[in-house]
Amino acid sequence: MRMLKIIANDKPGSRLLLALAVVSVAVPVLNLLVPENSVFHLSTYTVTLLGKYLTYALLALAADLVWGYLGILSLGHGAFFALGGYAMGMYLMRQIGERGVYGDPLLPDFMVFLNWHELPWFWHGFDQFWFAALMIILVPGVLAYIFGYLAFRSRVTGVYLSIITQALTYALMLAFFRNEMGFGGNNGLTDFKDILGFNLREDSTRIALFLASAAALVCGYVISRYIVSSRLGLACVAIRDAESRSRFIGYRVEKIKLWIFVFSAVLAGIAGALYVPQVGIINPGEFSPLNSIELIIWVAIGGRGTLYGAIIGALLVNYAKTYFTAALPEIWLYALGALFVVVTLYLPKGIVGLRNLRGART
Amino acid sequence: MSEYAITAKAKKPALLLLCLALLTGFVQQLAAAELSLEESWKILSSKNYKKKARAIEAIAQHNPPEAYVALKAMLNGQLYYARRSKELYILKEAGDNYIFTPLFAGEAVTRESKRGFKKIRINNRLRSLIRQSLAVMQLKDDDADVRLAAVQELLKNPEAEAAALIASLIDKETDSRVQKAMRTLLAINQLEYGDEAAHPHAIETLAASLNTSAMNALRNYQAPNKVLEKKARAAIKRINDQRDLYAKAETMFFGLSLGSVLALAAIGLAITFGVMGVINMAHGELIMIGAYTTYVIQLLMPEHIGLSILVAVPAAFVVSGLVGIAIERSVIRHLYGRPLETLLATFGVSLILQQTVRSIFSPLNRSVETPQWMSGAWQINEVLALTWNRFYIIIFCLAVFIALILVMKKTVLGLQVRAVSQNRMMARAMGVRSEWVDALTFGLGAGIAGMAGVALSLLTNVGPNLGQSYIIDSFMVVVFGGVGNLWGALVAGMSLGVINKMLEPWAGAVLAKILVLVFIILFIQKRPKGLFPQRGRAAED
Repeated sequence: MRMLKIIANDKPGSRLLLALAVVSVAVPVLNLLVPENSVFHLSTYTVTLLGKYLTYALLALAADLVWGYLGILSLGHGAFFALGGYAMGMYLMRQIGERGVYGDPLLPDFMVFLNWHELPWFWHGFDQFWFAALMIILVPGVLAYIFGYLAFRSRVTGVYLSIITQALTYALMLAFFRNEMGFGGNNGLTDFKDILGFNLREDSTRIALFLASAAALVCGYVISRYIVSSRLGLACVAIRDAESRSRFIGYRVEKIKLWIFVFSAVLAGIAGALYVPQVGIINPGEFSPLNSIELIIWVAIGGRGTLYGAIIGALLVNYAKTYFTAALPEIWLYALGALFVVVTLYLPKGIVGLRNLRGART
Repeated sequence: MSEYAITAKAKKPALLLLCLALLTGFVQQLAAAELSLEESWKILSSKNYKKKARAIEAIAQHNPPEAYVALKAMLNGQLYYARRSKELYILKEAGDNYIFTPLFAGEAVTRESKRGFKKIRINNRLRSLIRQSLAVMQLKDDDADVRLAAVQELLKNPEAEAAALIASLIDKETDSRVQKAMRTLLAINQLEYGDEAAHPHAIETLAASLNTSAMNALRNYQAPNKVLEKKARAAIKRINDQRDLYAKAETMFFGLSLGSVLALAAIGLAITFGVMGVINMAHGELIMIGAYTTYVIQLLMPEHIGLSILVAVPAAFVVSGLVGIAIERSVIRHLYGRPLETLLATFGVSLILQQTVRSIFSPLNRSVETPQWMSGAWQINEVLALTWNRFYIIIFCLAVFIALILVMKKTVLGLQVRAVSQNRMMARAMGVRSEWVDALTFGLGAGIAGMAGVALSLLTNVGPNLGQSYIIDSFMVVVFGGVGNLWGALVAGMSLGVINKMLEPWAGAVLAKILVLVFIILFIQKRPKGLFPQRGRAAED
């Protein structure tokens, strides 16, 4: 009940949810029911692209939750995204079974290629979806818990925190590049065949994945909105704006920060897990610090501390990226760079802030 | 491999021949001395191997300037003579053509076939004779380095004849390094063939040597009694200890040179990040601009590569500094006091700079030529060699650091920078133009990044992504050392470099780097303000 009230009070958010719902209905219809030669037909490629954007939006939402409401500028959120993705990738790898190039019933191709004879211990259990799903939540969550516990307890804040989160994702990237780690090294995990018994190349599977991404985004948004509207959310804002003062008043700053951070990491992990089956590959490049910084700019452009701003920012920037990298590849980095500068200088509240500005004037 | 097998097989007949040669040796030697140089050159083209042997000995004894080249060519089967004139030529193959260069003055001849020329044939006996003669020639060379190389060559495969030769030369030797190598060779020989009374002295001599052959000789040594055996074992241990020590010194040196690179990259950041509170993600790109400046300067002055590096240092300082000032004036000055925002904005700047460089210079890697005076190594002893370019980089890093400390402590600019960083309002009230100081400080940090780029351009390829790979490391160094502390950056850079290199042998390069990163992440938990935290009021913000 309270949840409904919160959503009803959040006008832009509820509009966004409505739009998402409309898209979730329209996309399957346009893709599956409208004949292929019709103007209104939506290609499966576009569906997958949209699904990818939605997972990015979920990732941006996760980052906004910690940056916008707790003031933790995490430059390592891509790491949680990638870890979730790897957990999903490992499940998908195990599903290939004997259909791999080497036809080994147990070992994924890259292990056969490396002359390994046994499945490493951490690959056991990933043939079961429930186990993989558990890991998608647990691995990013536990890493965030350990990292956050150490960092928040010793009161590493601000710039220092940003830099060590960046070091975290950088270290993970280097680690995953190593073949000895058992995650496919450079090439990562790819060549997936099916998920839960459904062929990944089928249109209907793609649609299902798209719908799952949309559902995850909606759920993520509603829960995040619920959190930030609760008393906990108010405490978060208090910590963001005056950490020492909140501590003196008696809030357990470390605990609040830690649990929001863990929740955010889990959201990012789920986003990663939905991302991998749609793009069909996960490799260590996803850990690169550049990705994590880029996702921060999605949030900044959309408008930090609003949740819906992050979603809008992620969708817009990624659409622009797809468009520009295809049409004017030279221009893209200039444009992205300029976006960073212009947004931080002139749009501290992002695109969403632009609307509020106009509202305030009239 | 096959060549080795042949010489091993040929050893027995060679020994027989040696005995023969010794028997007839003194007659021959008398005859050899009588041959004049011109006659000897002529005899080389004859078919009589005995005569040729005498001629070779005579040539070696006279040792004219052409002797070395001629004998070497003969050994390699490249010495020919023209059928008509009997003149000597050296053959070189160039594609399908044969180039015959006359041994004495004259024009080189290029032919499509070898017709008209005949190779001077040699047999095994002549071959070993030539080798020996060449060794003798080199051992008598005026250049001490050539003599040293010759002794070291002999050391690789010490034989009795060589020892006899060395024994005759050692007293005349003036260079101490050559003398030491010669003594090692004699000691190895004594250990193998000499009588027991000489063994203790030989072992002592070998214990002081780091040569691999000396080590092998001691390992293979069949001690006739317990005392000598113990002595030999002690000597082996001493050599091993010494080698370990030098290996450690080498690791340390590599670590320090890597640390210098890190420190150089980080010092500039320590100014902008530490003193000004600006997180400059474009710092790596300023390094890259410095590296490209070096590249351009080398393009501008291809005749003077050695000088170009010296020109590049101030040029890179100015270019990167100006770019830095432009960034400060256009972007950063609007963002003071908001470090996280500077991070995002400067990251945008870094993307733009990268793409600009990519558009101008193409995305391909460029390489900067290492000048003559920086290549090569400083051979301290047989196991320790320090490469000059790394050595110069350590010195360069220290020089930059000292210069920067002087600027900060002794100049008006430094005073004003410190004043503004401690209390901006008060400094302004005292008449410091804080905006101007900000711009110059940022320019200074950027300029130092540019100079780091010059150093880096000599170590790696210059490409648009050069900066990106160093930015995280630089931040690690600054955070590890403690923000706002130049000494911290230096100490942190050096220690991270050394730690990295010490971990590398047993963990591998990538894992070592990961371990260092994890170490820093954990270290920050323990000491959130780095090695040397800022104290006082300014720290409590």
